[in-house]
Amino acid sequence: MSELIQAGSVSGKISSPEGSRSGDHGIRKDAERAKIGMWLFLMTELLLFAGLFLVYSVYRYLHNVDFHRAGLETHTLLGTLNTMVLLTSSLTMALSIAALRTGKKRLSVSFLASTILLGFVFLVVKYFEWSSEILGGIYPGSPVLLNRSNGEILFFGLYYTMTGLHGLHVIAGLAVLCFMLVLILRDKITMDDYVKLENAGLYWHLVDIVWIFLFPLFYLIN
Amino acid sequence: MADVALKPDEVRLRNVSDELGYLANEGKRKGIAAWILSTDHKRIGILYLVSLFSFFIVGVILGVLMRLEMLAPGGKLFNAQEYNALFTLHGVIMIFLFVIPGIPATLGNFFLPIQIGAKDVAFPRLNLLSWYLYVTGAIVILLSLFQHGLPDTGWTFYIPYSVRTGTDVTMAVFGVFILGFSSILTGMNFLTTIHRMRAPGMTWFKMPLFVWALYATAWIQVIATPVLAITLLLIIVERLFSVGIFDPSKGGDPVLYQHLFWIYSHPAVYIMILPPMGIVSEIIATFSHRTIFGYKMVAMSSLAIAFIGYLVWGHHMFVAGMTNTADFVFSLLTFLVAIPSGIKVFNWVATMYKGSIDPQPPFLYVMAFIALFSIGGLTGLVLGSLATDMHVTATYFVVGHFHYIIFGGGVFIFFGALHYWLPKMFGRMYNRRIANWALGVIFVGFNMLYFPMLLLGYEGMPRRYFTYLPQYETLQRISVVGSWVLVAGLALMLTNLLRGIFKGEKAGPNPWGGTTLEWTTPSPPPAENFEEIPVVDHEPYYHPEAEEPEELEAAK
Repeated sequence: MSELIQAGSVSGKISSPEGSRSGDHGIRKDAERAKIGMWLFLMTELLLFAGLFLVYSVYRYLHNVDFHRAGLETHTLLGTLNTMVLLTSSLTMALSIAALRTGKKRLSVSFLASTILLGFVFLVVKYFEWSSEILGGIYPGSPVLLNRSNGEILFFGLYYTMTGLHGLHVIAGLAVLCFMLVLILRDKITMDDYVKLENAGLYWHLVDIVWIFLFPLFYLIN
Repeated sequence: MADVALKPDEVRLRNVSDELGYLANEGKRKGIAAWILSTDHKRIGILYLVSLFSFFIVGVILGVLMRLEMLAPGGKLFNAQEYNALFTLHGVIMIFLFVIPGIPATLGNFFLPIQIGAKDVAFPRLNLLSWYLYVTGAIVILLSLFQHGLPDTGWTFYIPYSVRTGTDVTMAVFGVFILGFSSILTGMNFLTTIHRMRAPGMTWFKMPLFVWALYATAWIQVIATPVLAITLLLIIVERLFSVGIFDPSKGGDPVLYQHLFWIYSHPAVYIMILPPMGIVSEIIATFSHRTIFGYKMVAMSSLAIAFIGYLVWGHHMFVAGMTNTADFVFSLLTFLVAIPSGIKVFNWVATMYKGSIDPQPPFLYVMAFIALFSIGGLTGLVLGSLATDMHVTATYFVVGHFHYIIFGGGVFIFFGALHYWLPKMFGRMYNRRIANWALGVIFVGFNMLYFPMLLLGYEGMPRRYFTYLPQYETLQRISVVGSWVLVAGLALMLTNLLRGIFKGEKAGPNPWGGTTLEWTTPSPPPAENFEEIPVVDHEPYYHPEAEEPEELEAAK
């Protein structure tokens, strides 16, 4: 019997607690399972952006010089600032999980709150960056942009589409993190059961990683 | 089943099966709330089943109307614009609301946990959420019809027309986007379930082949659907902001849209066909009373089809203006898919060889499937070869081929699977003689409807036209009459199944002599599927009486 359970490879480990299931139908604590689900979800998110990266690479190949010229006009300084902000927020996110794991609830909450704060800083910087570009007449379909070369039109089209989609992910991530903050404060996420916070952290790192690729493609291309 | 002597444990099961199982309301919720708020995978499967078949009936009505238009040339029933709307709606409803969720969302939801000996899927609440997303997506698509006229782009939403048309493509596309989300969640859920929730002893190579097929399908759902999502988002972005990504006047490339679209939509064909193939393996093994021939090869061929199927999207675009090299490579890869598909067919036939075949309705559906799928596959070769494709592309030949594969292949097995598993799901048996008659009528109607299309296409009748030249009249009319026969057969089949669900005689736990885990639990299964979690110690299709007669003697 025990060999059979072993033979069940991965399932061997999981099948033992089957009997101890609560009455609630099918919702049983299994951190490993939640993590597998999360990683699969992150993969779909990566593939969502992969479609855009594919489009970017095709057009950059076709309009190499134009992309270079257009890349000179993005705000490298603001982009760098935002990269630092987002990287720091990933650090505080990881620290928040580490703090909770060792039972330091208050420390964890303050690290999580700083992550959320940094996320908002990112959005504010982004707001000023987009505003200055739009005020400069560069936005999809603008007369200024339509007088430029095709490659530049595409570059800025992709710039708004990709950073815009990324921005939506930052907003979604912030909503998730706020939710996690409430759950920690209400002791729904504790040092014994913190997989929700870990998964939220994974999502936040994904948002960070996507930015790490967007940054050179739009700001450092010159 | 009454005249078969029952073993003691079967008697016990039979007593339990007199109860309603999961169909009985246990919780505090009553009426419809006990269904639409339930996280029981079986109830969610039924929710999906009811929703899917409602849309199927709508899709069938639209299809019949399109055929009716072809009774005579000249567009007497609908004008060109109305016909455009008809084929768009027929395509969107049938593809995105019926065949893509199809078997995984309905029967997969119901039987995947039972077949691996689990009490539920890994994320039951996510499972319910995916049904709600499905319903939301469907409602959004329906809303798009009432805004600025019916969408008229075809289900492929090809650029540039989908950006230019005044109809409400934005809304329709957003609806499909939501449906994609639903599909992704189902895929994630199934992958995690298969990895983490198998019963003790159920190793990877002891899993039923339906589970293997769902596993391969779930990977495609998770890997391919996000690409569709971003493609659809780009249509919306183009329509709202005219960014120019697919607009040649701004340097964009409309062909790139086709690439992105088919990177998803070709693998989606395998989302439609892999689960039916898994069910074919189940049904053939059960009704041949033999273990499946070449189990590992059949299991692995599902993964191989999923993998190669991801790399062949370009064969939808041979006339779109790709390079010759790309055409050649995509054509070659397309032919490679035939290898794992062939492995499956040969192993199915080898399973039946020297089997003790019991031609019950599900088995007859499989036979119909093999005939129709072969025609679909062979016409696929015509389309996969570069030279012949130039001749028949965008004609009725493509329409005929597609319906032979998806309807004759996928949906026939969906019906066959309903006949196979309905007694398990509801504990009652339909009238088998009527089921056979219905299959006969459907089979005749199907071929009358779609075979003339292959001929029409070969003679040059283009698809998506609301009228035709007089020379096509005879074949068009045969096809129209075929659609009536087909509908009559479908009505007979559905009525028979519904009557069986409510009034059929008790089916007992194992009416077919199946060997996978779902047949070891009462019909309908109890809320937690098994009285105790089973321990698996043999292959899924282990038929002791067929394999080792002497061992069976000893057991007695």
